[in-house]
Amino acid sequence: MFRNNYDNDSVTFSPQGRIFQVEYAAEAVKQGSVVVGIASKTHAVLVAIKRNAEELSSYQKKLFPIDEHVGIAIAGLTSDARVLSNFMKQQCLGHRLTYGRNMPVRTLVDMIGSKAQINTQHYGKRPYGVGLLVAGVDDHGPHLFEFQPSGMTEEMVAFAIGARSQMARTYLEKNLDAFADCGREELIRHGLKALKESLVQDRELTIDNTSVAIVGVEKQEDGTTKPQPFKVYDGQDVSAWIESVADNAEAAPATAEGEGMDVDS
Amino acid sequence: MAAMFSQNPLMNGPNYSFNDAPRTAAPEGARQHRFDPYTDNGGSTLAIAGADFAIMAGDTRLTSGYSINSRYHPKLFKIGGTTADQKDATIVLSVVGFAADGEALKERLDAICKMYRYRHGKPMSVKACAQRLSTILYQKRFFPYYVYAILGGLDEEGKGAVYSYDPVGSYEREQCRAGGAAASLIMPFLDNQVNFKNQYEPGSGVGHALQERERKPLTRSEGEILVKDAFDGAVERHIEVGDGLQMMVITKDGIEEVLLPLKKD
Amino acid sequence: MDHRPQAWGRPRDDVYGAYDHSYLQNSGPRQATQAPIVTGTSVIAIKYKNGVVMAADNLASYGSLARFPDVKRLRVFLDSSVIGFSGDVSDMQFLDRHLTELSIDEAYEDPSSDSKAGQLNAANLHKYLQKLLYKRRNDFDPLWNQLLIAGFDGDSKPYLASVDLRGTSFTSPSLATGFGSALAQPIMRRYAATEEDAAKLSREEAVEVIKECMKVLYYRDARSLDRYSIAVVTKEGVELKEDEQLEKQSWAFAEQIKGYGTQTV
Repeated sequence: MFRNNYDNDSVTFSPQGRIFQVEYAAEAVKQGSVVVGIASKTHAVLVAIKRNAEELSSYQKKLFPIDEHVGIAIAGLTSDARVLSNFMKQQCLGHRLTYGRNMPVRTLVDMIGSKAQINTQHYGKRPYGVGLLVAGVDDHGPHLFEFQPSGMTEEMVAFAIGARSQMARTYLEKNLDAFADCGREELIRHGLKALKESLVQDRELTIDNTSVAIVGVEKQEDGTTKPQPFKVYDGQDVSAWIESVADNAEAAPATAEGEGMDVDS
Repeated sequence: MAAMFSQNPLMNGPNYSFNDAPRTAAPEGARQHRFDPYTDNGGSTLAIAGADFAIMAGDTRLTSGYSINSRYHPKLFKIGGTTADQKDATIVLSVVGFAADGEALKERLDAICKMYRYRHGKPMSVKACAQRLSTILYQKRFFPYYVYAILGGLDEEGKGAVYSYDPVGSYEREQCRAGGAAASLIMPFLDNQVNFKNQYEPGSGVGHALQERERKPLTRSEGEILVKDAFDGAVERHIEVGDGLQMMVITKDGIEEVLLPLKKD
Repeated sequence: MDHRPQAWGRPRDDVYGAYDHSYLQNSGPRQATQAPIVTGTSVIAIKYKNGVVMAADNLASYGSLARFPDVKRLRVFLDSSVIGFSGDVSDMQFLDRHLTELSIDEAYEDPSSDSKAGQLNAANLHKYLQKLLYKRRNDFDPLWNQLLIAGFDGDSKPYLASVDLRGTSFTSPSLATGFGSALAQPIMRRYAATEEDAAKLSREEAVEVIKECMKVLYYRDARSLDRYSIAVVTKEGVELKEDEQLEKQSWAFAEQIKGYGTQTV
C-alpha cells in the first residue's frame, strides 16, 4: 500500500537525496491562489487573487501589513501564514523598540528563513505549508523576497507563487527589463497584467477578488527620500487599476494613469 | 517610598520635589550606600478636557538636581498611530517624574496599541487604552514606574476625555488635571478656573443662600490661554519648570501640536 | 611564621589575620556593582554646522589617586559615531567589548555594500545603549557610566545625546557629564544655546570652545588631566586624536587666590 517509504517525516532523506515532506509542503503553496510581487528602484508592489470558498462566504485575505515598511503576500495555508506574520510583526516591533529604526528587510526575511528551516530538520515537526512574497523598503531601497517552506529565501526583481503562477512568471520574465524604472502606477499595472495571465479561462479581475499593496520610497522636496508606508488596497480602491488593465482599456493608458492616481487619496 | 510619591512640599521643611534633604540618621549610625534606581527629572504636565476637544500640555525642561540637562525633552507623546511618526494617532500620553521610566512606559503602551491595531484592524479607544495603561502600571506595583501619567483623547461620543494616574495605576477620568513638580501650584488654579470652585454668583446672598457660579464647558481658545497662564505662573515659582511649553490639542480632525516659549531662567 | 610553599607570597596570617576567601564563593547572593571604583571624569561635546566635537581627558582615577594616566575614553563606532564614557572604567571596557561585538554583527548584515546606508547610526546606537543601561538598572545591576553619543541621525543631521546609569536619556546642542555639567556646559551654552545657534558654528569654533572647556575643567576639576582625546564627527567619518596636550594654560590666576572666606593675607 505504501507508495513511498521516505515521506513519513522531514528528517529522512530518500535514497535519491530528497526530503519528501518538504516537497509536499512546497506543493501546498501551489494550492493557494496566485500572488505576484514586483520591485522597481522606488517601489515594491504585491498583487493577489483572493478566493472565496463558496458564494456565501467572504474572500480570503492574501496581503498582510507587517510593519510600516514591510508587508507580505501569502500562498498556501493561511493559518501557517498567520504564525509567520505574527512572528514577523513581533520582530519588527522589537527591533524598532531597541534601535528606533525600521528592521532591514533582509534581516527579517533571514529570520523566517531560519525559523522555517528548523521545521525541516527536527523529528515530529512539520514544515510551514505556505510560501510568502515579502515586500518592503529600507535604507537600501525597495526589496522583494521570496520565501519557501523549505526555509529558502531569495531576493527577486519580480516573482509569482501559487496556483497557475507559471503564466504570471512568464509575463514577468518577458517584461523584466521594464520594471526597474517603473513608477508606482505602472508597477501595479504590470502586477495586475501578470495576475490576469494566471486566471482561469472565464475568470476576470474584479474589485472583490483583487488585492493590491504598495510600499516605496518617495523623494521629498529637500531631495531626501522618505519611506512611503506599506498599504493594502481592496474593494472600490482597486477599481481604477482593474479598469486600466481591462482588455479594452489597453488603447488609452494615459487616462487610466490619472484615475489610478486618484485612488491614492 | 511613601515620601517619594508625596506631592506635599512641606514634608521635611520647605524643599523641592527632588529629595535633597538629609535623611534622618540611620539606626546604629550605619550608613549604607547603595544604588538608587530612581531620580526625579522635574517638569510639569497639565490636561483639560473640553466638549469636543482635549488639551494636553507639558513643559520641555529636563533637570537633575539643580542642573538643566536639556531644554527640549518632550513629555507629551502621541500613542498608537500606524507609523513611527504617529501621523494618524488619536491618543496622547503625558508622563512626568522619572524620565527613563516615562519613556519605557510610553514605548510599552505604544507597542500594545500597535499590536491591538494589527490584531483588530482598528485603533484602540481612549477608554480601553486608559484601562490598559492602569494595568501596565499596576503590574509593576512592587517596582513602580515612577511617573505621573495623564492620558488624553476623545471618547466614543466625541467628547474630550482626560484620564489621570498615580505611579501604581490608580486612575480616574477627570475634567482637568495637573501633574508633576508644579502640580500643587497649578491644580488649585485649575479648580478655580475650569471647575469654578470658590466662585459664586455676585449678590446671590450670604451663607447657604450663596449660589455657586454655573459651570459651563470651556472653549478651546479659553483652554489654551488657561494652559499658558498656568505654566507662566508655575515657571515663576518652581525652578524645575521652564524653557518650552509643548501643547497638543486633540480634536476629531486629529492632533495639533504647538510649541510656545517659556522663561529659560 | 608559616614556611610551607602554600603560604608563599600570601599576606601573613599573623600580621593581617586569616585571609577572607568569602568573595570567591559562587553560592549565595550575587553582588552587583554598588559603587564605581576606577573612574573617568567629565566628557564634553558640542554640535556644530556639519557635525559634532567631543572630548575627554585620558585619566582613570582610583578615588583621588590618578591611577591610570593613559586611558582612552572616546570610542569610535562603525566609523560614523563616537561614544564618550565617564564613570566606571571597568563598565566602560565591558561596553567597549559589547559594542565591538555589535559592530561586527552589523557588518555581517550587508557585507556587499560598503556604504553607510543601512548601518546603525548614532541615533540608533543611542537608543540601543539607552535600552541596555535601562535594563541593567531594572536588574539592579547598573553599568555605572554616563555616556555621550555623537554622530548623525536618520535624516543625516548632527546628533548628540546622553544616557546615564539609570537609563535617563536626553539630547541638547551641547552636553557634558560629571563636573563638566557645572563647569563646561555654561561655557558651551554661550556659543550654542539653541539648535539654531549650533547650526551656525564652524568646525574651528566648535573645536576652540571644546579646548577652552577642557582647560577650565583641568583648572578646577581635581580628578582631571592635561592630556586628552578629541574627536570630530563629520559625514565623512570620525577624526579622533587620542594624545592631545592642553595648550595655552595660564595659572596666573592662582596667585590672586588668597585663601577662602575671610582670609585676606
